[in-house]
Amino acid sequence: MGNTYVVVAEARDGKLRQVALEALHAAELAKDNGDRIAAVLLGSNLSEAAAELARYTSGQVIIVDHPDLKTYNAEAYFAALRQALESLQPQTVLFGHTAAGRDLAPQIAAWLNAGQISDVIAVEKAGDAVYYTRPLYAGKAIEKKRFLAGPQVVTVRPNNLPPAPLAASPAEIVPFDYVPPSSLRSVVKDVVRKTAGKADLTEARIVVSGGRGVRSAEGFRPLEELAEVLGGAVGASRGACDAGYCDYALQIGQTGKVVTPEIYIACGISGAIQHLAGMSRSRIIIAINKDPEAPIFKVADYGIVGDLFEVVPLLTEEFKRALA
Amino acid sequence: MNVYVILKQTFDTEEKIVVRDGEVDEEGVKFTINPYDEYAVEEALRLKEQLGGSVTVVSAGPPRAAEALRTALAMGADEAVLLSDERIRTDEYGIARLLAAYFRSRTYDLILGGNFSVDNGAGQVAVRLAKLLDLPHVGSVTRLSVSGNRATAERDAEGDTETVEVPLPALFTAQQGLNDPRYPSLPGIMKAKKKPFQQLGLDELGLSEADIAAKTERTSLSLPPERKAGRILQGSPQEQACELVHLLKTEAKAIP
Repeated sequence: MGNTYVVVAEARDGKLRQVALEALHAAELAKDNGDRIAAVLLGSNLSEAAAELARYTSGQVIIVDHPDLKTYNAEAYFAALRQALESLQPQTVLFGHTAAGRDLAPQIAAWLNAGQISDVIAVEKAGDAVYYTRPLYAGKAIEKKRFLAGPQVVTVRPNNLPPAPLAASPAEIVPFDYVPPSSLRSVVKDVVRKTAGKADLTEARIVVSGGRGVRSAEGFRPLEELAEVLGGAVGASRGACDAGYCDYALQIGQTGKVVTPEIYIACGISGAIQHLAGMSRSRIIIAINKDPEAPIFKVADYGIVGDLFEVVPLLTEEFKRALA
Repeated sequence: MNVYVILKQTFDTEEKIVVRDGEVDEEGVKFTINPYDEYAVEEALRLKEQLGGSVTVVSAGPPRAAEALRTALAMGADEAVLLSDERIRTDEYGIARLLAAYFRSRTYDLILGGNFSVDNGAGQVAVRLAKLLDLPHVGSVTRLSVSGNRATAERDAEGDTETVEVPLPALFTAQQGLNDPRYPSLPGIMKAKKKPFQQLGLDELGLSEADIAAKTERTSLSLPPERKAGRILQGSPQEQACELVHLLKTEAKAIP
């Protein structure tokens, strides 16, 4: 009998997160013939997400659907996943490198006494060996790693691997009976959803990002409007966050988040090395800056030397027309 | 409050990376406390100022990491511990086990660390440590308050804020926005020289090389392909906007 790969999937607002399909694809690249893949979906009210996930795998989709798992709780999620994994006996467990995945994967790795390769952007197989590519220094360097011993834990960075293709026939959906621990030490008191309905920064296909050139919190308005027209997310440079124009949750760079969207639009961002580390793997980079010498133009596919407050609203109108 | 901070010495984020003989070249590089760990040090100092007690900073790393610990002492930490041994060549699995071996002989109320390190960026060690010590943990914390034997933390989860309450002892990892770290003062730097500084190797921790043997290994290291500068669009702002959308459609094929 072969080994078992388990892909841990998440839903957001009841919808399956795209990175789950990318992790599924990573498992397909890594596995040998004869190995099996099972997906475990954790959360609450999962029927829609489970049906979606089942279309992409011919293995099993195990759903742990419980009101206690409505919002992420480090202990409850660990307990639920541990119970599911005990019956699956996986060789490899894969997660999305998301807020929940980043927190859950090392717990599982510690419990399994497993190695973990985090934030994987590519998977290759050469003979029996599997090599996982990941960034170092937020992408200033790239390393390949492999496991020396099992079990194995992997987290996959959103937006880098292609999603798994549709399966020939949908997977069987198997509910798992989660027995909540008699008491949890951690209590989630409150969740403030600031991002409801908005694209997540690391998963967004398009990111519109502002720097010091945006000059104020109010100055982010035109960027938000552009992002909305494009169905994208708003990001920021460290300069803009330090100046108090926006929340640190939006910061892109070596401190902050690393993003790899299809299109990255940098507005009023000079392009300090630590910012470039966080976005230079984007497919298309567009820079809008008053200063023709700004380093951001050295990595931009398309540059506009000009005032963002003039250019961005014009772009919003052009995109509206083009996408109508 | 007995507060411990686990910290790592990292390259300054302004540094370029040079690869030489398959390794990252450290020649002439400026090192700092990992920025996320610096928030953890600052938070520990604030908890001590508010509630009393002591702050101990702990690092597992090469001898040069002593410098980062001294900086933390100069910021106001009371004691430093460097877990260092030339036989330590391991990964996150091994480092977490090393730290766990150290903490098993200590008593603590809080352990603070960074959300991730800006060099390796794996974000594993602190959470693994919490699990190995069977502590509740809250990751990516932007606010922390302690009252009696409970702590309340606000956690940044992809822009959402989750408020989590845990009993102490517990472990927390710091996210940007938690605080604004202080700079070491001149008197702080002078005092740091006299503060307790302990170095422990595998023997003192009761570990063998096999106990912390890596589960993963690096097989290659490279620099990413350099991006080439593209083109600067010409014309009036209106013409540039129009041209850009056109190019994204036809040349880049990035929009339908």
